[in-house]
Amino acid sequence: MTTVTADPTVPIVHITRDFLATPEQVFRAHTDPELFARWVGPDTMRTRIDHWDARSGGSWRYVSVTDDGVEFAVRGCFHDVRRPDRIVQTFTFEREPDGVALQTAWFEDLGNGRTRLRAQSLVDSFEGRDGMLKTGMRRGLDDGYAKLDRMLINDNR
Amino acid sequence: MSTDTLSRTFAALADPTRRDILARLSVADATVNQLAEPYRMSLQAVYKHLRVLEEAGVVSRSPGPQPRIVRLEASALDQMEVWIERYRRQAEERYHRLDRVLAELRDTDENEERHR
Repeated sequence: MTTVTADPTVPIVHITRDFLATPEQVFRAHTDPELFARWVGPDTMRTRIDHWDARSGGSWRYVSVTDDGVEFAVRGCFHDVRRPDRIVQTFTFEREPDGVALQTAWFEDLGNGRTRLRAQSLVDSFEGRDGMLKTGMRRGLDDGYAKLDRMLINDNR
Repeated sequence: MSTDTLSRTFAALADPTRRDILARLSVADATVNQLAEPYRMSLQAVYKHLRVLEEAGVVSRSPGPQPRIVRLEASALDQMEVWIERYRRQAEERYHRLDRVLAELRDTDENEERHR
């Protein structure tokens, strides 16, 4: 079960999820580009890794491609990669180059081959945080949701 | 918003036709016939969708004689909770894919152990 909480006082989102794997394995799935491309998703898109250097001070860039060939590029830096328990990185949608999130993932050993992933994403404003929540990773892909977004946004005015 | 209401709201929003109905009602109120028009389904099927939306409290039908007007109850959609729940679902889908990758890693690692 994935839990998500949005902090009321800081523009941050927390996610927690347990996995049946060791911290080393979960860490590898986050740092090996071939493994990462297989799960980062979303389901409706292919992931093409352009650049990937998962070391402290390294950087990354990948492109999500829809069936129609529409591309969404994201990039960032690996600020700190500490095997096997922590990754700190930046994250930017290239379509919104002024926005940047600081993301931290902790891989906590629960014993018996289980790991708790705690991930947090710190955005530079509440507006940015709410934008991230609203659109998730699938901006404009699901027409029904896109319409619903417009409805909710209009309702908010 | 209670968890119960939220899960009813999400069950209501899980269907593309119902999301489309909501999106159209966000522009203007409509009769059931008007709502049914663009869909290739029976009026009965449209009523069924409306009942789900009504039970979730996101639309209401005016009382009185036919044709009754359907309108959106937008206040029922607590926006932040809706966004968080959808974000959570997307994260859950992502981590479900990660589960499958990790299952393979476990198998590979165990095989390597065995062959050592």
